[in-house]
Amino acid sequence: MTKKVNYKKLFFKAIVWAVVIILTLSCLLPLINMLAISLSGSDAVAANEVGFIPKDFTVVTYKKLLEDSQFWKSFLISVERVILGLLINMFFTVSMAYPLSKSKKRFPAREVYIKFVIFAMLFSGGIIPLFMVVSNLHLTNTIWALVLPGAVPVFNVILLINFFKGVPESLDEAARIDGASPIEILVKIYLPVSLPALATVALFSIVNHWNDYFSGLIYMSKSAMYPLQTYIQQLTVDITQVTDAEQLKQMASMNNRTFNATKIVVSTIPLLVIYPFLQKYFVSGMVIGAVKE
Amino acid sequence: MRQGNKAVAGGGKTEFAGREKRMFHLMMLPGMIMLFLFVFVPLFGSLMAFQNYVPAKGIFGSKWVGFDNFKFIFSLPDSRQVFVNTLVIAFAKLIFNIIVPVTFAILLNEITVSICKKFFQTVVYLPHFLSWVVLATVVTNMFSLSGPFNSVLTTFGGDAVQFLADNNWFRKVIVATDVWKEFGYNSVVYLAALTGIDLGLYEAASIDGANRFEQTLHITLPSLLPTIILMTALNLGNILNAGFDQVFNLYNPIVYETGDIIDTYVYRIGMVERQYSIGTAVGLFKSIISFLLIMGANKGAKKLTGSGIF
Repeated sequence: MTKKVNYKKLFFKAIVWAVVIILTLSCLLPLINMLAISLSGSDAVAANEVGFIPKDFTVVTYKKLLEDSQFWKSFLISVERVILGLLINMFFTVSMAYPLSKSKKRFPAREVYIKFVIFAMLFSGGIIPLFMVVSNLHLTNTIWALVLPGAVPVFNVILLINFFKGVPESLDEAARIDGASPIEILVKIYLPVSLPALATVALFSIVNHWNDYFSGLIYMSKSAMYPLQTYIQQLTVDITQVTDAEQLKQMASMNNRTFNATKIVVSTIPLLVIYPFLQKYFVSGMVIGAVKE
Repeated sequence: MRQGNKAVAGGGKTEFAGREKRMFHLMMLPGMIMLFLFVFVPLFGSLMAFQNYVPAKGIFGSKWVGFDNFKFIFSLPDSRQVFVNTLVIAFAKLIFNIIVPVTFAILLNEITVSICKKFFQTVVYLPHFLSWVVLATVVTNMFSLSGPFNSVLTTFGGDAVQFLADNNWFRKVIVATDVWKEFGYNSVVYLAALTGIDLGLYEAASIDGANRFEQTLHITLPSLLPTIILMTALNLGNILNAGFDQVFNLYNPIVYETGDIIDTYVYRIGMVERQYSIGTAVGLFKSIISFLLIMGANKGAKKLTGSGIF
């Protein structure tokens, strides 16, 4: 009798492990396949012989990529945009979240501001009017078009408001009695204790800027100005111009697949570098974010 | 003497409060300017949905046409199709983006070897952080004629399928790949909720002779229910967002019939064909419905679980 129960338990465990492993592999293998394609000979790729281990191992596409000036130009635009966008996002996130985290008593106008901010998060005029505003401000074809329209990341603001609210007010009062100015209280007390939350919103903002291709697509009229994701999107864009299935078939078998895979792998490296930090912080970020405003 | 001191301290306090309020307004100002420029001015600009907008004349010079653009849109069979596509895709995503992450969280919670658990989590969270531009290539690879899915199909004697160029398959692929990308990330909230369950409940249940499955059914799931309801309510507000980035990077004219969604339609009409008024009208229609849904969903979530997002 007891043996039977043990078998049952074991069987249950085995199923749990099997399902979890299958789901995990489903996330891992397609990415490994991409890496393997980028490291394989183009004939082997065209013949679809590449699975998860490179065939006819070669780094020729990586060497070729080193000389691809357009790729690196776009790469640099993306780096520049991430840095600039991050600074701008952090400035607005902190400068708005701090006053909005105060009580109604300390900052009566908060109630009005917060309504505007939430409305801005929930309602958008759509891409066409936004595009017109950006182009009327003569921002198109400049890096500002990539960083200013999203300068206030409202979701991050709300996340940080919730975090600031959790900072004990006694710290604040002690500093006030010591004669600290309002700005000193923010810089010397709030920011240092909020480092995990700041790291969370900073990482969100880095990922958003790195991954965004759409603003590059609509605001840049010259492909020389494309950030990396837009550049990569354009490599595969021809697929949307295809009108019949036969063409699609041909596109898929073209042998620049290895080169494209290489570009994709390299474009993902910066994300993989920050991924350990991302993983460390985003869980706590989601938990803070889940607390209501 | 004492009283004098108190008065000075009180004066300092109000002075500080005043200075602080001024600083707060000053801190809000740059952000409000940005929101004004990039959220509220475009909102005003969406008035062109009620105009026959001509760029040369601008929003003040263009002719007002009332609801004509909206009437025109609803008369188009295309727009009805797009509306249906959006709802079908978004609804299917809503359902499966609950079922799969909840199941995954429950299963992962059963794994007690912490190093393995950590590894699984590290891997399944990853796709969430990769862009659809990158993942579209990965997905196209997987579903191509010579990709692994078709290999399996043909091995078992089936015919190869052009998954991304077949109206019978496109929506399914869209939903499946979205769930694939997000299930790990979505499972985070449920994992957090699982750690909050009182272990005493399981002990009591096992003394009563309930097996693991019964425990899951009668303890785990009910404990997760508030989180599930909250997430459903929040996602319900997103029912008109079927995922622009994903569809835009995976679709092609062959599958417009089943795969074209409101956002891709707006992009093509407004940004590519430059029919600004029509595109804006579609976008505005979507924005208003979404806004109402989100407000409703938030109210519902507050009523059901006592907490909403805002």
